[in-house]
Amino acid sequence: MAEKVMVKGNEAMGEAAVRAGCRLYFGYPITPQSELTEYMSRRLPEVEGTFLQSESEVAAVNMIYGAASTGTRVMTSTSSPGFSLMQEGISYIAGAELPSVFINVVRGGPGLGDIQPAQSDYFQGTKGGGHGDYHLIVLAPSSVQEAVDLVQLAFDLADKYRNPVLVLADGMLGQMMEPVEFPEFRDLNTLPDHSSWAMQGCEGREPHKITSFDIDPINLEKMNLGYQKKYREIEANEVRYETEMIEDAEYLLVGYGTMARILGTVVKMARNEGIKVGLFRPITLWPFPYKELESAAEGKKALLTVEMSMGQMVEDVRLAINGKMHVDFYGRTGGVVPTPEEVLRELKKIVERSE
Amino acid sequence: MAAKAIFKKPQSLSDKEFTYCPGCHHGIVHRLVAEVIDELGIQGKTLMVAPVGCSVFAYTFFDVDGTVAAHGRAPAVATGMKRAMPDKVVFTYQGDGDLAAIGTAEIIHAANRGEKITTIFINNAIYGMTGGQMAPTTLLGMKTTTSPYGREVDREGYPIHVSEVLKELSGVAYLERVAVSSPAEVRKAKQAIKKAFMTQIKGLGFSLVEVLSTCPTNWGLSPIEAINWLNENMKKEYPLGVFVDKVGELK
Repeated sequence: MAEKVMVKGNEAMGEAAVRAGCRLYFGYPITPQSELTEYMSRRLPEVEGTFLQSESEVAAVNMIYGAASTGTRVMTSTSSPGFSLMQEGISYIAGAELPSVFINVVRGGPGLGDIQPAQSDYFQGTKGGGHGDYHLIVLAPSSVQEAVDLVQLAFDLADKYRNPVLVLADGMLGQMMEPVEFPEFRDLNTLPDHSSWAMQGCEGREPHKITSFDIDPINLEKMNLGYQKKYREIEANEVRYETEMIEDAEYLLVGYGTMARILGTVVKMARNEGIKVGLFRPITLWPFPYKELESAAEGKKALLTVEMSMGQMVEDVRLAINGKMHVDFYGRTGGVVPTPEEVLRELKKIVERSE
Repeated sequence: MAAKAIFKKPQSLSDKEFTYCPGCHHGIVHRLVAEVIDELGIQGKTLMVAPVGCSVFAYTFFDVDGTVAAHGRAPAVATGMKRAMPDKVVFTYQGDGDLAAIGTAEIIHAANRGEKITTIFINNAIYGMTGGQMAPTTLLGMKTTTSPYGREVDREGYPIHVSEVLKELSGVAYLERVAVSSPAEVRKAKQAIKKAFMTQIKGLGFSLVEVLSTCPTNWGLSPIEAINWLNENMKKEYPLGVFVDKVGELK
């Protein structure tokens, strides 16, 4: 059993990628994730990997496209404004079905925003972000340990489905230090073989062509139907979520990532005061656990969604609940993180209204 | 007596019919690149990155592994490929809108890093695919669908000289501007393309060949008139020649 070490979230995610067998990183510095870029610049040469600081996030995402098209594990990391710059390339990567991993350590927005933690890139991550009908698989860790675990999973899902995977973290997770147990190093010889489609030179076979492009609408529609078939398969197989104390709960809190961590504290505080409340935490934001949330909410008196945004995931929560009950929302934004006390106050208002 | 083939399609070109207009120089340049790939024996290890523009289909015209980059991003895509597979030969094929407008940052930085890739740069002073709009390389006075009064310095600024800009960058190991308007120029252009690929194979740094090309359709000229216009106008603005050569004489 590996021992636990204290690591900063950003660095932990970098080490997790290295242990997952990633030997290629392209990225551009941006707060609050620069430690990840810096970590890779010193770590990758130690394992005979390649680190390249790109001239921009636009270039970085296209370097990812190029590297991923050779079937090589590759990743980048950035924060909100940088992730916006990558959207064009991510759309191409989704269309070309290239396995790749992105980490967005979200900060306050819109525009230049600030450098404090936020969850206001939920729409961008889960609803496409770039042009066209596509989806990223989106994983939302709520601790540094879970970030490490989900980075590993991200590479495996990217390879399995030939799809870009996004780890949606936030400035809190990126900057915070926690004890972490790292997995063993992945044996590079056990990484998936992509030689049946990847661009590795056409010696002894027909040339491989990789593109998100077909000028014929009937063919392009076929490509799109292929993506959709894959997305349905992902929805059927990859939904992940966690619950806390929901069995006897009369009220349900819903949150993800750092916010869910805080909601865990709220559950304890509320229960100490006799309010029976539980927590539902989506881990995959896409595919979203619609059915699982719907059944978790059954018989509850009220449901409160809390986000570090003005309300983005709450739209999916409402889709899951489908009008069966009122869905309340509380959020702070611009880099302000709601405290357990203020969430508890909101919860009590709902309890008073519902009793 | 059996007929003897004295001229055939290069092996590295596919059987797909070109989509180019009559008199366009893309076809000549494609053939030259394919001949060079054949002669260097690198078909099986060449990866190509096509641009957005008329040559967006180029990835299907070459019988090598190929992809299409987002508009202007081919040098970044090629960088990712080359860093992932350093023993492969990676080239981009880009037009002037792709390379010299939207993709300026990518080409400058790939060149400056001395990225071991090769770029074939087609300069025809106009946007072809979208129907004849102004390019960064459009000549002063030239009328296009977005400079209908003729390009003017006060309004649209000067034509950009890509090779003259890139030659200042230390990472560039081979850089030449050629034309393919006559058989002699075609032969010279092929040598340039070959040297550019050799530069990459020898690991010397970034290589680029700029090819002055015609666009008869969007210039509104016949193929012959287009060649004459290129010779009289484009070569004055963009003089042919070798700008950087760190590879030396080819054997």
